[in-house]
Amino acid sequence: MKLLIIEDEPEMMENMVQTLEREHYIVETASDYQSALHKIGVYDYDCILLDITLPDGNGLLLLKEMKLNGKDEGVIIVSAKDSLDDKLEGLNLGADDYLSKPFHMAELHARVKAVLRRRHFEGNQQLSLGNLSISPEKRQVWIDQTEIVLNRKEYDILMYLVTNQTRLVTKSALAEHVWGDHIDQSDSFDFIYSQIKNLRKKLEHATVSIDAIYGVGYKLEMDS
Amino acid sequence: MKLLNHTSKYLAILLVPLIAIWAFGFYYAMLDEIYDSLDDGLENQKILLMERLPSNPEILGHTDLELWNHAITPISKQSFDRFKERYTDTLMYMINEKDFEPVRLYETKMVYNNQFYKIKFITSMVEEDDLIQDLITYLVVLYFLLMVTIIVLNNLLLKKIWQPFHSLMAQLRNFRIEKNHQIHPMKTSIEEFKLLNTSVTTLVDQSRARYLEQQHFIENASHELQTPLAIGINKLELFIENTNLSPHDVKIMSSILDNLNRLTRLNKSLLLLSKIENRQFVDEETIDFNQLMSEVIEDFEDLAIHRSIKIEMISEGQLNFQMNQDLAVILLTNLIKNAIVHGNKNQTLKITIGKRKIHFDNYGIDQALDPDLVFSRFKKMTSDHKSTGLGLAIAKAISDKYDIQLKYTYNKIHQFSLDFPG
Repeated sequence: MKLLIIEDEPEMMENMVQTLEREHYIVETASDYQSALHKIGVYDYDCILLDITLPDGNGLLLLKEMKLNGKDEGVIIVSAKDSLDDKLEGLNLGADDYLSKPFHMAELHARVKAVLRRRHFEGNQQLSLGNLSISPEKRQVWIDQTEIVLNRKEYDILMYLVTNQTRLVTKSALAEHVWGDHIDQSDSFDFIYSQIKNLRKKLEHATVSIDAIYGVGYKLEMDS
Repeated sequence: MKLLNHTSKYLAILLVPLIAIWAFGFYYAMLDEIYDSLDDGLENQKILLMERLPSNPEILGHTDLELWNHAITPISKQSFDRFKERYTDTLMYMINEKDFEPVRLYETKMVYNNQFYKIKFITSMVEEDDLIQDLITYLVVLYFLLMVTIIVLNNLLLKKIWQPFHSLMAQLRNFRIEKNHQIHPMKTSIEEFKLLNTSVTTLVDQSRARYLEQQHFIENASHELQTPLAIGINKLELFIENTNLSPHDVKIMSSILDNLNRLTRLNKSLLLLSKIENRQFVDEETIDFNQLMSEVIEDFEDLAIHRSIKIEMISEGQLNFQMNQDLAVILLTNLIKNAIVHGNKNQTLKITIGKRKIHFDNYGIDQALDPDLVFSRFKKMTSDHKSTGLGLAIAKAISDKYDIQLKYTYNKIHQFSLDFPG
């Protein structure tokens, strides 16, 4: 899978590259409008991460240009502006998703993966992990062919942990992803523990387990 | 007291001594003139008498002063020489008035056919007490006429003259800096009002510019903070993932991460607040609040369970309202979040939805919060250091935007109520 990150902030770019390379993607970068335009014109990518505010142009124009030239890459707009207008315009122009800064690395990866999954398998792909299999489209989960029933939040937690199985998922990243942006002002994220507890019980017979990492967050581990 | 009546009041007080002094001067000047003319008349009578005497010698027999208004008495040569002409005031009984009235008496002398005579002339004089009484009556009438004129003029003329001022005041009274109100001063030819108009317009324009500048400053500052915050948080996340840290170190990192996340939340809230105030949420749709409330409550279920609070929702009616979807969600979440975070354990948060209202009733500290401060920014009512202090300020800003009344009352139970217009 080949990704292009268009981002003018070098350190932000470095973080994103590092995160995505860990997931074994081929990552290319462009730090301004002109070089981005050039790269999009010459190469094909599976997913493009597009910063709207570039030093020499607007990222939305780049998106327009791509669609005009019949390019059909998955595009995730990444913006510090968190502006509703930009979000709507971006999505109308054919972007797949909109991610506002600051975001968690786990969230970035989950969004990229979701876009890739939608584009390449149209959702008809089953994920397998140990004796666990998941159908993202039907939101169904099986352990050794036996379906287990998860509520919406349990499913979202499991899916997020599976997507980010190689990494540590912090409590705040998990809370924001599953409970939404608006939960973010609550005093602590300890409340997510009850759902984790229920999920663990349901995954008793699975060969994966959810490990708590020193109060920081959770990580999905394969049982050996 | 109005400025108009204020000047009238001073004028009324000032007119009293002024008119009194003037009356004094006028009275004596007039009296002097009257004496002068009476004396002239008496002297004229003497000349007339002297002229008529040769042809009417019987005049010499006129001794009854009251009948003839003159009396002639023969006197000796010595008396004649010693005698000096004089005018005096005296009293005489008047039959018609049945009283002694003042008369002017002119005593003079004459020589006729080598005989010496003393002649007295009288003429009735003004009655001073009557004159004074009349004068006072007329002056009091004058005083009241003057006052009435002044007040009427003040109220008619000055009111018209002060119109630009009152128009400006009326506009200033309704002026709200956060709303895009314009001041339209009335055209006037009066220098002072022109000055006032330009000063006020300049002041308002400058204040509005500063206000917008400040708002944009907050918005821009929050924007600019997003990227460095993102970089910091992401670097720490990667660092924790990539480095084999001891549990102790992970805890320190986690605490740094928590604080950075708090900073991000605070920043996002500030950004949201300025966006609401800068009217950046334009899209509106009809929101089914009963439906939305159920969804939001579901989101908060886990937080409520964690804090041992039961959420009970009562639908007394269907509430639909035209507003921005995102703001509606934020409004409800902030109020529910507030109730859960500050609510007491093992209590119920009761949410009632009516046709035009939503009530949030919950048990918290046994003390009313200051209703004036509860919606202010950064006014934290508790020592809870992790709340941003902006949640209720945001709820208030959203309600204000749509003219929804957000109120706080306390009666053993803390109640936040939303009253929807319409």
